[in-house]
Amino acid sequence: MTSGAAAVAQGHGHRDDVGAKLGMWLFLFTELILFGGMFIVYAVYRFSHPTEFHVAATELDTLVGTINTIILLTSSLTVAMSITAIQKGNKWLSFTLVGFTVMLALAFLVNKYFEWGHKFEVGLYPGSAILLNKPPGEILYFGLYYVMTGLHALHVIIGVVVLAGMMMFIAKDKITRHSYVRLEAGGLYWHLVDIIWIFLFPLFYLLH
Amino acid sequence: MTTSAFVTEATEPDFYHVRTKHKGILAWVLSTDHKRIGILYLVTMAFFFLTAVLLGLLMRLEMLTPGKTIVEPQAYNTFFTLHGIMMIFLFIIPGLPAVFGNFMMPILIGAKDVFFPRLNLLSWWLFLIGGILALVSVFLPGGAADTGWTFYVPYSVRTTTNVLPALLAAFTLGFSSILTGLNFITTIHRMRAPGMSWFRMPLFVWSLYATAWIQVLATPIVGITLLLVSLERLFGVGIFDPALGGDPVLYQHLFWIYSHPAVYIMILPGLGVVSEILPVFARRTIFGYKFIAYSSLAIAFVGSLVWAHHMFTVGMSNTGVFVFSFLTFLVSIPSAIKVFNWIATLYKGSIEVEVPLLFILSFIAQFCIGGFTGLMLGTLAINIHVQDTYFVVGHFHYVMFGGTGFGLFAAMHYWYPKMFGRMYKKGPAVLSWLLLTIGFNVLYFPFFVMGYLGMPRRYYDYLPEFQTSHQISTLGSWILIVGLVIMIANLLISLRKGRRAEANPWGGETLEWKVPSPPPLENFHEIPVITTGPYDYSKYERVVQEAK
Repeated sequence: MTSGAAAVAQGHGHRDDVGAKLGMWLFLFTELILFGGMFIVYAVYRFSHPTEFHVAATELDTLVGTINTIILLTSSLTVAMSITAIQKGNKWLSFTLVGFTVMLALAFLVNKYFEWGHKFEVGLYPGSAILLNKPPGEILYFGLYYVMTGLHALHVIIGVVVLAGMMMFIAKDKITRHSYVRLEAGGLYWHLVDIIWIFLFPLFYLLH
Repeated sequence: MTTSAFVTEATEPDFYHVRTKHKGILAWVLSTDHKRIGILYLVTMAFFFLTAVLLGLLMRLEMLTPGKTIVEPQAYNTFFTLHGIMMIFLFIIPGLPAVFGNFMMPILIGAKDVFFPRLNLLSWWLFLIGGILALVSVFLPGGAADTGWTFYVPYSVRTTTNVLPALLAAFTLGFSSILTGLNFITTIHRMRAPGMSWFRMPLFVWSLYATAWIQVLATPIVGITLLLVSLERLFGVGIFDPALGGDPVLYQHLFWIYSHPAVYIMILPGLGVVSEILPVFARRTIFGYKFIAYSSLAIAFVGSLVWAHHMFTVGMSNTGVFVFSFLTFLVSIPSAIKVFNWIATLYKGSIEVEVPLLFILSFIAQFCIGGFTGLMLGTLAINIHVQDTYFVVGHFHYVMFGGTGFGLFAAMHYWYPKMFGRMYKKGPAVLSWLLLTIGFNVLYFPFFVMGYLGMPRRYYDYLPEFQTSHQISTLGSWILIVGLVIMIANLLISLRKGRRAEANPWGGETLEWKVPSPPPLENFHEIPVITTGPYDYSKYERVVQEAK
């Protein structure tokens, strides 16, 4: 990195938070379209196998799904509150709130782990003898279930890493009441993770 | 194009000679300077391009005689797969935007760098990792992928070759492409110099802007699709496997939802380069500036809605087929607008025949042939006849190589003095242009004839009646390669031996010609204030008027 370019990298001599957020929104669009591809596949197969999707969905535990939905919605609240906190200059409150968000994200993953684990125990996973004996629509349903919630869980994990980075930035005063666009971007990412779950939850757990 | 003073101090070192934090190779691979990143892309891309050229040359050699000439059928399958993957994901898609877009776009809009310089460097690293993955897949046990660059299921799920690393490579390269697009959109929105309104932007920037939107909006779809194929191979999820209820045609839809717009990612910057270079050597303001700018956006928009014309023979509904055929025809309107405007720009210009212009003239002619054969392919009745034949291969090589490839060569010869601060020799450059143009047409024109007569693409063997055409075509590949070698040798030798280039060797009016060659680290000492459009050649036009 050249010395001048380093200065440029710090913000081109002047700060442009609007531009930084524009870039973040564009990135979020690409994430939405990534999942959009999955939603198209889901729509196509749901259309061609409506009854089998219906039957397969009864295998899922609505209670676990609901608890995870509540966890994620709450985590979106805490990350939004952390931004307000830093705007008001309350550094450690902001730090704690992001920490809460991370804890909630981990709770979501633990829940997910047990949910998937249970499915594996009863032999509902791609390639299992039990699943292969079921009609194609149910195989597709569980294929999509694992791919879509798996990809979402991967985003939760990335989100945890991002939020942990935000905690570090807050602690080191890289995010302050005068410069918090990074936290806003991190928060936006976390809301994306949340909103995708808002669509996954009814599609897999409630439509039966 | 501006009134404010440009500071072109000779005392300020150019970006090659500034003091850097790291030394040696690290000063390059860790640099966030858009110019250095542009050159990094140029070097890596040239490497992959030459590898893919070599594979293409070997394929042509194999087709010299029916049956085996030099390699076995399986090797031929991996050749065309790798040729496609490398040419598309490692050369044509990043070619103009990542090399010349990176180097020139910030200068063209009067900025010191792109908006996210570190993200820009990350894009290059992802590009490099993707390229290495593609190369590694060749040498791992199991053999190189043999699916063709389209990775069609169910074969891509069943074959035992290294499809997985190739898929991962394409995925990584897609991610790199998305980040470049995102960076460019943000840069163009937020960093234009004062006075540089949207309609004072150079047309190359307009085309990069349209391209960037396609990169951002279309690439994620191919990302998820390739990911699904990977998961299919790893876990047998069943989404594309007919044995488990999946639908392979759905894969084709998802693949082309990206990959057709990707065709416009490839060609739009090429069209932008033509619009950029023509007015300079015609010494005329570009004809129909706004139409050219809007037509880029129109191509990007309509081009996103035509994907299923790759799939007319898979058994879609008649309604679907008609709609996609109609939309395909619509794309020709903005494309033709560009061609007409270019011709009108040349009309009554004070044309100066320089090397970049020669490449541009070849571009226009070859792009027209590629475009018209595209219309033939979009026609339902003809499409059934020539689907999956050499006709299709001829068509997309005319657009991609005859168009974008030549556009890239033109850009190389146009911006070379700015990028490297030296002039190349004109004689060898003209000779290389001549050989490349002749070689290209001798190589690919017989494809149309063979395809129309029924020669299927991707076949290792052929019937004896095609031999003459195949041999003419192979001869063309040799002429082409000679031209390419001369061009590259000339450019490489001139790096050291060429005479020093002044700031504005072509008499261009856009901003890059107002800064020294090569530019200093932050491009502009002082951000310029823009007061006119980008191609103001009124002084030449006045002279022409007075002469009458």
